[in-house]
Amino acid sequence: MNCRDVFREISNYLDGDLDPELKRAIEAHACGCHHCEVVVDSTRKTIELYCDGRLFPLPIAVRQRLHATLQQKCRLKVS
Amino acid sequence: MTAAKAGHYEAFESLVNRYEHKIYRLGLNITGNPEDAEDVLQETFLKAFENLPKFREDSRFYTWIVRIAVNQALMKLRKRRTDRSVSLDDPIEEDGEVIPRDFADWKPNPEQLLGRTETRERLEKAIQDLPPSFRTVFMLRDVEGLSTEETAEMLGLTISAVKARLFRARLRLREELSKVFK
Repeated sequence: MNCRDVFREISNYLDGDLDPELKRAIEAHACGCHHCEVVVDSTRKTIELYCDGRLFPLPIAVRQRLHATLQQKCRLKVS
Repeated sequence: MTAAKAGHYEAFESLVNRYEHKIYRLGLNITGNPEDAEDVLQETFLKAFENLPKFREDSRFYTWIVRIAVNQALMKLRKRRTDRSVSLDDPIEEDGEVIPRDFADWKPNPEQLLGRTETRERLEKAIQDLPPSFRTVFMLRDVEGLSTEETAEMLGLTISAVKARLFRARLRLREELSKVFK
């Protein structure tokens, strides 16, 4: 197991989509390799950061137009 | 849900309030265009209201509207690119392995830096700079929390194509974010 092997499997590793032996080998390598430890941790963090609700906020004007359109069209359909 | 299915607008509106931000974010990230994202948002909820009586409650409501939103967004994306038709199952154009280049430690608590407008803009730009097929897979898998199988089925991709795009999207985003957080 070398750094390249870890990088190649990093996505499957983060998804828990590896056989146990390969998973153990990656962890054993990353434990003593600072570069791999950084890449694994920061890739995991990257995913977490993009789930933050502060990114891509819904603009107030867009929200107001959405609700105005829905009220007009959906209420019409109900009545 | 029962009241919304019976056509009660107020009940439907509470579902809209719960999911509107996520659907806008998804539309914006697939189309890469704020006007298209607004259209996707409106069309998704209009279609949802229209088809709500057909919604089977044994599936998740959120997955159901995500599916509607993805279809709307892909239609927009393809319409905008008539000159260069976009197919999410195009072979990955980049050759060679994706190798991380930045190994600097990140600052502790990078989420605190998201309070800054400049940081948020850099993260938003990083994902917008990815090819549409990469960012669509990343959004569905990592942000919306769909499984690999659901993502593959929704986008008409194979499981291995989803995994390959997700891998590249994650590593490319990590590389860009390393510039922000180291």
